[in-house]
Amino acid sequence: MAATNIEVWQLGTVVEVRNVATDIQRIVIEPALPRTAEPGSHIDVMARIEGHTDKRSYSVVESSEDGARLVISVLRAPLSRGGSVFMHTLQPGDQLEMTQPLQNFPLRVGAERYILLAGGIGITAIISMARVLKNLRMDYTFVYAGRSRAAMAYLAELQELHGTNLVVHVDDEGTSLDVNRLVASAADGTELYMCGPIRLMDAVRRSWTERELSYPNLRYETFGNSGWYDPEEFIVKVPGLGLEVPVVQGRSMLEALEDAGADMMFDCRKGECGLCEVRILRLEGAIDHRDVFYSARQQNATEKMACCVSRAVTSKTGLMAEASVFGPAVVTIEVP
Amino acid sequence: MTAIRTQSSTTNKVLGYPLNVWYVAAWDYEVTRKPMSRRIADRPLALYRTEDGRAVALADACWHRLAPLSMGKTVGKDQIQCPYHGIIYDSAGRCVSMPAQETINPSATVPSFPVVERHRYVWVWLGDPTKADPELVPDMHQLDSKEWAGDGETIYAPCNYQLVLDNLMDLTHEEFVHSSSIGQEELSESDFVVTHDGGTVTVARWMFNIDAPPFWRKNMRDKFPGFEGKVDRWQIITFRSPSVINIDVGVAKAGTGAFEGDRSQGVNGFVMNAITPESNKSCHYFWAFMRNYRLDSQLITTQLREGVHGVFGEDEAMLAAQQAAIDANPDYEFYNLNIDAGGMWVRRLIERQLETEGRLVPVA
Repeated sequence: MAATNIEVWQLGTVVEVRNVATDIQRIVIEPALPRTAEPGSHIDVMARIEGHTDKRSYSVVESSEDGARLVISVLRAPLSRGGSVFMHTLQPGDQLEMTQPLQNFPLRVGAERYILLAGGIGITAIISMARVLKNLRMDYTFVYAGRSRAAMAYLAELQELHGTNLVVHVDDEGTSLDVNRLVASAADGTELYMCGPIRLMDAVRRSWTERELSYPNLRYETFGNSGWYDPEEFIVKVPGLGLEVPVVQGRSMLEALEDAGADMMFDCRKGECGLCEVRILRLEGAIDHRDVFYSARQQNATEKMACCVSRAVTSKTGLMAEASVFGPAVVTIEVP
Repeated sequence: MTAIRTQSSTTNKVLGYPLNVWYVAAWDYEVTRKPMSRRIADRPLALYRTEDGRAVALADACWHRLAPLSMGKTVGKDQIQCPYHGIIYDSAGRCVSMPAQETINPSATVPSFPVVERHRYVWVWLGDPTKADPELVPDMHQLDSKEWAGDGETIYAPCNYQLVLDNLMDLTHEEFVHSSSIGQEELSESDFVVTHDGGTVTVARWMFNIDAPPFWRKNMRDKFPGFEGKVDRWQIITFRSPSVINIDVGVAKAGTGAFEGDRSQGVNGFVMNAITPESNKSCHYFWAFMRNYRLDSQLITTQLREGVHGVFGEDEAMLAAQQAAIDANPDYEFYNLNIDAGGMWVRRLIERQLETEGRLVPVA
């Protein structure tokens, strides 16, 4: 496990791109300053989005032992903030500003038993952990859930490598993952590592807590980029600053407020640290909490939100179909 | 046949340390429920024991503001609490409690390092944890075997660990550094044999029909009261990668067949040395002197420990002066002598390990 997470920026050269599932691009990069990538590590890259650059994080899917070749895989998410669309334009020979591998999701060696859970593109964070556990002949179950086989990257390779250790759930085949059943299979001493959409991770967290399993044994990483609902444009009002700002689909509330001149405090920008907390004074619509900082109780109370990742949505149920009826959501906040 | 290209060791006066190895972090008795701090291979560690007695090594820096966890206290079954803001970690380094919030930041961990307790030592692995095989702990069984008795200490040596390895692999220095105890001129006059394989280097030296130096005369008289006369003396130094050296030493009544294997008419000791780099210019030097006679005599155990303490104090002073001279004369090289053969093979094994880890870079 790395003890340092110092961002060392460098140039990487794209040497190979290939489609590995619907809308998922596998990108092989040769970094200028190779460094070994541990399982669970990611790289930050500078994505060019409409004239400016913005930092995005992608898990390292695999790397050569010396780190001279790194592989990431990116799901094209047009409704998101534009980073993945840029990443899908990369071609061999292109250069990319990127960090050496960073580690916030270390795999601990030595647990009695492991469950690895990947939902959709979350496979990218889990895939190299599974390889290590297999090599070490650990007791592990590798659960891979997706909407359809065509949308599940690396499925065939993983089935070949992990055999019966791999359990596959496919929504459109009627074999969706039963989270409660999965968590019920976790004996004491099991460590569960997961990466996937926030609905899946919330469900596992809830089930894990209900079963009173050891909370530190539930390991996950989130880049704060998935919510319960699709992102919509909404309005944020800050009476104290005299601001009324639209938050467009591809921009976070924090970014919109910064663009409007508000002096905001923040750190992680992925919904973990809670420094960007704002107090909600009034709400027309609902909050799509995308953070892991607040407990379920606090999220339900809708008194505060982590403005770096969380958004407002129009309807109480968050369903887009009802959006036109009510008009854009409006959240009125107080910034510290 | 493939040609083997090997880098010469002469340009590297001192070496970096491999990481994918077990290092002694502490004596077993040093690690207790009260956390302690020790820097190993430039990594500050907090060492403590869980309620059920298991030794734990965590990075000695809280995830939050890097306050030393070793200044904190152990809580619950296996946890440690940061002394600054009360953040609590379990023995795997996972945060289990954060102040003033209902959730725990998922990235809140401190590095935890594999630990094995064996041969009275707590060993720690600072490199790739997936390679931390307990079977790779070097054999130092004399330290906790029923056939052997003895004790040791730790020297804090202000020098690169390689200088200690050099010192132990070539015992001709005994004639000059330890002239009042174990030194004698036959040491540098007698021949020696160096053998090696992928993980060990052995230097064997026999001296026949000589007078026993003061240290050995005393030991002989402990076993054979009133002993007088000539002895056959041996030193068989075995290095085990990366930094353990066990030295089979002893004397027997001259001509009684010790060389051929019958040591019954002599006294036999094992000097157990584990040298752990602290930084590039300092190391922890764990040693013990074990004997296989008069096992029940605490008097002899204490006398031997004190005696060797005195001898090693002489080495310590020389090693500190040598490192200071290296630092003061950065443009001067090392030259090698025939007597350095053992030490040079040790350097080559370590350099190969460093090359495998991609860490073969000059440190001084």
